[in-house]
Parts: sequence; structure tokens; C-alpha cells
Amino acid sequence: MKAYLLHPDKDFDFRRDLPEGSDELSQDLGLDILCTEMGRGDRLVSEICKRALVFGSKDTATIGYRQRVLYDCLQHSGVVGELYDLAVEAVDAERQIWGLYNRSSPRAVLSRAVRVVETFVGYLRRLRRLSDEHADEFSSDGFARFFKMVSEELDDAYFAEVQDHLERLKFRGGMLISAGLGPGNTAKGFVLHLRPGRGWRERLAALRRSGDTFEVPTRDEAGLKILDEWELRSLNLVANAVAQSAEHIRSFFTVLETELAFYVGCINLRARLSELGGAVCVPEPLPPGEPAWSAEGLYDLVLVLRSGGRVVDNDMGADGKSLVVVTGANQGGKSTFLRSLGLAQLMMQAGMFVAASRFRAAVVTGVLSHFKREEDASLRGGKLDEELRRMSRIVRRISSGGLLLCNESFASTNEQEGSEIALELVRAMAEAGVKVVYVTHLFELANRLWSEDRDCALFLRAPRRSGAQPFKLVEGAPEPSAYGEDLYRRIFEEDAT
Amino acid sequence: MELSSEGRPACSVLFEEPSQEVTGQGEAPGPDFWKDLHLEEVVAALVARRGQYDLEQFFRTPLVDPGAVRYRQEVARDLEDPATAECTRAFAEGMDRARSFLRGMGQIRDDFGGGHYRQAWFLDAADNYWSAVSRLHDGLASLAVRSRALLCFREYLSRYVRSEHFVSMGAEVRGLRDDLAAIHYALFIKGPRVTVAHYEGWPDYSTEIERTFRRFRQGEVRDFLADFRDQRDANHVQARVLERLARQHPGPFARLAAFYAGRDRLLDPTIVAFDREVQFYLSYLEFAGPLEQVGLSLCYPEICEAEMNDGRCQTHVEESFDIALAARLATEGTAAVTNDIALSGPERILVVTGPNSGGKTTFARMFGQVHFLASLGLPVPGRSARLSLADRIFTHFEREERLETLHGKLQDELIRVRGILERATNKSVIVMNESFASTTLADSRFIGTRVLEKVTAEGALCVYVTFVDELASLNKATVSMVAEVVPEDPEVRTFKLTRRPADGRAYAKALANKHGLTYTRVVAELTS
Repeated sequence: MKAYLLHPDKDFDFRRDLPEGSDELSQDLGLDILCTEMGRGDRLVSEICKRALVFGSKDTATIGYRQRVLYDCLQHSGVVGELYDLAVEAVDAERQIWGLYNRSSPRAVLSRAVRVVETFVGYLRRLRRLSDEHADEFSSDGFARFFKMVSEELDDAYFAEVQDHLERLKFRGGMLISAGLGPGNTAKGFVLHLRPGRGWRERLAALRRSGDTFEVPTRDEAGLKILDEWELRSLNLVANAVAQSAEHIRSFFTVLETELAFYVGCINLRARLSELGGAVCVPEPLPPGEPAWSAEGLYDLVLVLRSGGRVVDNDMGADGKSLVVVTGANQGGKSTFLRSLGLAQLMMQAGMFVAASRFRAAVVTGVLSHFKREEDASLRGGKLDEELRRMSRIVRRISSGGLLLCNESFASTNEQEGSEIALELVRAMAEAGVKVVYVTHLFELANRLWSEDRDCALFLRAPRRSGAQPFKLVEGAPEPSAYGEDLYRRIFEEDAT
Repeated sequence: MELSSEGRPACSVLFEEPSQEVTGQGEAPGPDFWKDLHLEEVVAALVARRGQYDLEQFFRTPLVDPGAVRYRQEVARDLEDPATAECTRAFAEGMDRARSFLRGMGQIRDDFGGGHYRQAWFLDAADNYWSAVSRLHDGLASLAVRSRALLCFREYLSRYVRSEHFVSMGAEVRGLRDDLAAIHYALFIKGPRVTVAHYEGWPDYSTEIERTFRRFRQGEVRDFLADFRDQRDANHVQARVLERLARQHPGPFARLAAFYAGRDRLLDPTIVAFDREVQFYLSYLEFAGPLEQVGLSLCYPEICEAEMNDGRCQTHVEESFDIALAARLATEGTAAVTNDIALSGPERILVVTGPNSGGKTTFARMFGQVHFLASLGLPVPGRSARLSLADRIFTHFEREERLETLHGKLQDELIRVRGILERATNKSVIVMNESFASTTLADSRFIGTRVLEKVTAEGALCVYVTFVDELASLNKATVSMVAEVVPEDPEVRTFKLTRRPADGRAYAKALANKHGLTYTRVVAELTS
């Protein structure tokens, strides 16, 4: 019994630690805002969506698998919601069963485990009914497998078998135990058995006659305690087996709940974007190393979610390039573009739709970000130091085939030093097979890349803005001015009027 | 049938003459010594989990005769061979088990199970003893043993295991073991009523449950098994079960009773003594193991026969370390910094100066520890060492914990140092740490000078840790040792001491650029 809704052949690992640097990435791209929106108040959904984004798949087949399951989910959001609620309820119901597993008492373990299994059986029956009613409506390979599994594994004969065990586990007719002689002729190796059917009663009677039966007097408390301990010892393995079975069923529901949470988040996000008029598309993931890297109508959906309205979208044609350099006007939409590109890459690899009219890219081994930290008000030297330290951590974490998003990196020192550091860094990344998108005001950096590395790089420029809305980025050579003067003048002259 | 005469062991691994236990040993140092040199925690670690052997007195009592030290060094060298140590360790575990069964036997009530219990416990004791001794014998026979002590013991052991007594015991034990292990019985318990029956190969119910629920298996889950310890105590219900089993299986139980009746004194005194004394070495070698794993060395010091540190045999220790500190660091996987000690000509006093937390006190402890450990006949921290046995090792450490007036503290220190100087001889070792610091610099210099002049006159070996640079070049007996820092970053201590004049440099300043995260290294890491 495996949910397998995120991977065709394994569970989604939602327990592993978030990788180092994912906090920075979340902050830089606004992942928490996105995931909060996806959760709509359900923290599990937010949490799982974040993990799906941070631990994107590197396998195009898996991404395709999720895209198909997601298509089903968007078509049948009601049934998927019901399935999710059922899994959530089952997990909650277990939590509410009184008592903890007290490991020192197998009898207590057994008693709770039996109640838990009884409870889960109810939810399994409901799961079976849901599957019977709706299996036909789903078309993806993921859901087809899931529903087929439910109807095969949870048939009526199986429910009867489980019921039979639950009855026997009350041990109404006494306990049959085997043991051996341990050190010092003490009893060891207690094992519990089911009573054999045929002829057992007769054999028992014969043993009684030959004096092989004895009775511990009811006043002999110590003796009764020893018998009780023997029973406990022999119950140990059985109690463990039932409790572990209960745990397994619980983890089935937990995995189901978790994996559905991702799709519930996608359903929520799709609905919200529809309200806001944001278009989405199914992206086209390509195997690592493919030259594809292009987008049309790419926009920053976090900005849409925050502003609640339309934002500028951009096109990018960087097929065959390993570096995108973005320069140009202040508040010209450079960072927005950087974020939208990073988000699209993450969402594609999570198996989601992306905020664009078309997005086509090779999968990457990891996305890392190095954004200018505005809040750091420390000394100039100290700030470069902090930037370098952060970058050196990134260098240790990133690997060939990764994607690095740089936003104003090394702007904390003078243009020449910053450019020098950045230039060698960018070139080393290219050498190591890491894609870089670099938003920068460092004209010297951009200009040298333009004149010396133009073959492998795409140059985008934010044009000088004239109104409230920035223009789309355009391809072209970097310019020495970022029109900061414009901004200054606009703000001050507007104030003056 | 005893091979050792009258309970007196035939050989000892600690003393050349087994009776020498009371002679040939020095006086155990007083409480300050253990605290100051951090040997208290070392002894505690050495005797930990070995309470049954009562080893502490051996670790607390130094030897004063170079021959006695060499006798132990031979044994320790033999036991350093992992195969020998392992063989001995396995033997000790077997002996432990045998003893615990013998102890348990005595606690069983007479009326329990017609003696089936007590007899079985005796069988277990004999079984464990027999296998432990046999395996020790087989092991030692195939090992390259060189020490006089182990050769003597091995010889003794090979006579013992060939004796008729021992050989027949083994055969009987094995037969009985197999008989009893083959008894697999069933109990049917309903209420207070118990029926004892034959087990008929029924399956374990828990596996049937597992089979039913296997389809839900999602990966590993925790286990819910109660941790029942093996039942070791006799009880009257099992006694009643045993009575019935004895009726159902008369042969094995009758043979068990006969075995118990036929054997009385089980343990041989020479073997028992070996079991205890060899632990002295095993515990120390176990303690040293982690140190060697992090790359530190221990060695057998050459013990000078002549006067201390005279022209023919001068104190020399290479790559030594504070064993207590090293043991703590080794648990974190790091190796303590090592230092050398070398005295030549008239040199007798190491005057140690340098920055705070620079390893000065550690160096002083190391000096004292090396001398003490050498006198136990054990390997000492270092790659190589040549030492004289000290008649006494004195320590004089600052006592910070005492809330006294400055005057009181200095006075107390002076009284203590007078006591040391009165008793010290030219064979003594004196370790003085930050002595006389609780007064003005001029006072410290004055008192330090006077004290060191007296030490020089007496001819004792001495380490003197101080802030007073001038003391480092007091006379021909003094050697100046300075704790070093990293030249580029004076905040970083190396914990290395070098032999050079004390220079009184100020180390408080930190330098910028200590992160060393330069642009070139970022590039280097990426392209590597």
C-alpha cells in the first residue's frame, strides 16, 4: 500500500532536513508568501509545497508524472479534496486515541494498538468506497495505479482477515506459550502461539491427569505475578507486531495526506491565480545539459499574489547560454525578472504549472541565490566580508548543472574590486557548468562580459522608465548609467510640485 | 586437585615475586597531586567499570625500583599486541560470567525445584570458567609472548588444562548443555492454571500478524518491544515447571545432579590472580587506544639507572602531551598538541612563560604525569622517552578556590613550598604552576628567585610556570620555554612550547583579515 502520487516508485521524503541555503532562497524568491497562499490556512499544505519546491525533481519523467497527476487533480478537485480530508481525519483520529504506547507493558501496547487498528479499518473502508465510486474518472497513470491498488489490497476478504485477528487478540480461551531453558534453568524465549484446533482439548485433559498441570493458589500473589510476567513476555512480540502494523497503516495515511497536500496546494494556487487573471502553462522540462532555456510571458507570481493585480511579464531566449546578465534602470523590473525565472525553474521541477505563457528549460541540480542583503547596515568592509562568506558557502554547496541567481552581488565594495571578484567568479561557474543569472549595476563587470564572453551569455537591459509601470526587459549591450538620476529627479521633483 | 600450592599464585603479572606486593613500592602521593596533575580523572577512568578487580591501589602506588618497572613494561608490551589483549579480555568476560553464576547459586533457596536450579547455575559457572580458561590457553599458546610474567603464566596454564580434572569437566559440561538446550516445552496458561506440555512446532503468532499487515509496510517504524531482561532469578513457579520437566525428561536432570555432586572447588587461585592483575594493563591500554587513534603516541620510557639527569642519562621526552586533556579531546576526535622536554648539561629547571591559555599549565602537568606514569611501569605519553624514577613528585598549584586575603593566600603558598623544599631530594620532581602570582611583580620575582635557587641547590627536577620573564634566565640550571602563538594572528595559540628566551610580547591585539576568505580561494575551490 503505497500512495506514490509524487514519484512513480517511491514516497516523497517529507522528513529530511531542508538543505542549507534554502532559507536564503525562500527569502529571496518569496517562497513563503507563495506557500502560504497555496496552503490557504492549512499549514501542512504550505509546508509540503515548500518542500516540493525546495527539493525539486531532477528527473524529467518524474516531473511529467506529477504534471499528469496534477492535471487530474485540477479536473477533479472535489474528489481530491475528499481524499485529502479522509487522510487528514484518519491521522487525527489516531492521535486522539487515549494513551501513549507504554513500552514497559506489552498488554497496554496491545490494547492501544488494537483500538488504533480498529479505527483505521473504518477509514480504510471509506477509502475503498471512494475508490469504487470515482476511480473511473481519473486518467493519470499515478491515480490509476493508486485506485487499482486500493481495490486489490483492500478487498472484502482482507477486511474479514483483519477482523478475525482483532477478535483473537483478546485471548479469551487462555494462552499457549512455548519456552526453553536458559542459563541456570530459568525460562527463556517465550513465544505466543495460536491454540491448535484438532485434538487439543483431549491432550490437555490427558496432561492434567498425569500431573502435568498445577495451579497457583489465588493467595499466592508473587506466583500470580510470575505467571503474569510470562504472559507479558510472550505477548511482547505480538503486541509489537500489532503496534508496528498500526504504525504502518498510520504512515500510509500520513504519506497519503502529505502527497495529496502538494496537489491541494496546487489546486488552491490555480484557483487564486484565475481570480487574479494570472495565466499559467505546463512547462517543458528537458534533461540536464540540454541547451533549452527560454520563456515567454514570464511574470513574478509572488508579486501578483502580493499586489493582487497585473504585473509586467518578460520574454527570454537564452537557449545554449550559460549566463544571463541583467542590467539597466533602477526599479526597471530586474529583480522581479530574476525572481520570476528562479520561481519558474523551481515550480517546473516541483511538477507544477509555471507563471508564464511558455517555459522551456533543462532541469538543474539545484538553485541557489546570492542577493544583496539590504538590512545589513554594518561597515563597508564588514559587508563585503559577509557577502564573500555567503558566496563561499554557496560555492561549497553548488555543483555542476546548478543555477545561481545573483542580485547585486559584490555591490558592497567599489566598482572595480566588485567587478573583478564577480568576473572571475562568474567565469569559474561557467567553467564548472553552473548557470548564472546576474543582476548587476557593476558596469565594468557587465561591459567586460559583453566584450569578452558574449558567445555564452544573454544580455538583458531594463529600459529607462517613463511612467509608473516598468517596461519589458530588452536584449542589448549594458549601459554605463542605471538612470538613478531619473529616479532621484522623479522623486524629488514630484515632492516639489 | 589444586596445582597452585595453598592458594598462593604461582606467578604474578605485576610483581616479580608474587609476595612483593607489599615491598618495592613507593608511597602513594597525597590528594593535591591527583587533582593538580588531573590524574584523579585518569584514575577514575581507569578503574571505571572494573570495580570487581579492586585495581585502584595499583594505579596509586608508584614503583621505585627500575627493575620492577621493567618487569611490568615487558607485560604491557606483550599486551599491546591486539591479539593478546583481545584474548585476555575475552577471558575476563568469561570469568566474570562464571563468578556471577557462583554468586547467584548461593542465593537460591534449598527447596526450589528439587535442586534443579542450583545445579544448573553451577553448570553455567563451570561452563563459563571452562571455556574462558581453554580459550585463554589456546590463545596464549599461539601468541608471541615474551615477558617473564606471561611466560610463567602460560607454562602454568598449559599444565592446568591438561590435567584430568579439567579435561573431564569440559566433556561433562558440554554433554549437559546440549541435553538441556534440547528441551523446548509448552505452557498453557488459563487463569491461575498452568499445564506443562511438549512444544509441537506451532508458528509464532506475531509472524502471522505481520503477514496480514505487511501490505501497509511503509519503511522502518520504531519498535514497541518491552525490554525484558533475561530472567536470572530463581522463582517458585518455574521450580514447579522444572519438577514437571524433570519427570518428562529424566535423563538430563539426573546427569545434572551427578555433575553438581562430583565437583566442588571450581576456580584456580593462580588463574584468579591473573584475571585480576592483568586488568591493570588492559584498562590502561584501553584508555590509551583512543589517543593513538587520533595520532598520538605512547612509549616505554628508558629508565635511568644512574643519578637523575646526570651526564650519562639525561631527561628527554619527545612529542608528549597531557594525558587527561588528550583523553577529553580524543572523545571529540581531535589530538592534543604535543611538546618536547629535553634537558642537557646542568639543566634541571624548565621555566615556562607565554600568553594566557597558551598551554603552559598543560605542559607542567604533562611533565609530572610522564614521571608518575613511568613509575607505574606503564607506557607514557610521547614518541620516545628517557627518564629517571622520581622518589617523590611534588605539585604546587595555585589554589583559586580558597577565598582568602591576598596575604593569606601568599602565606599559604609559601608554607606549602617550604614543606616541599624540606622533603625534596635530588631524585625528586617538583611541578610549580603560577606560584606566587597573588602579589606584586617585584614580590613574585623575589620569591621565585629565592625558591628556584633552593631547587637548584637541591638538584631536583622542576617545572616552574610563571609570568615573571626574568626567572627564565636565572642560572645555568634553568631552561626557558615559551608558549607560542600564530605569528599572523596573535589571538590564536598553538599550544606549542619552544625553547627560547622569554620575550614578554603583548598578545592581546587581534589582527584584521582573519577570516581568510579571499577571492582567490573562492576561485580555487570552484575550479578544483
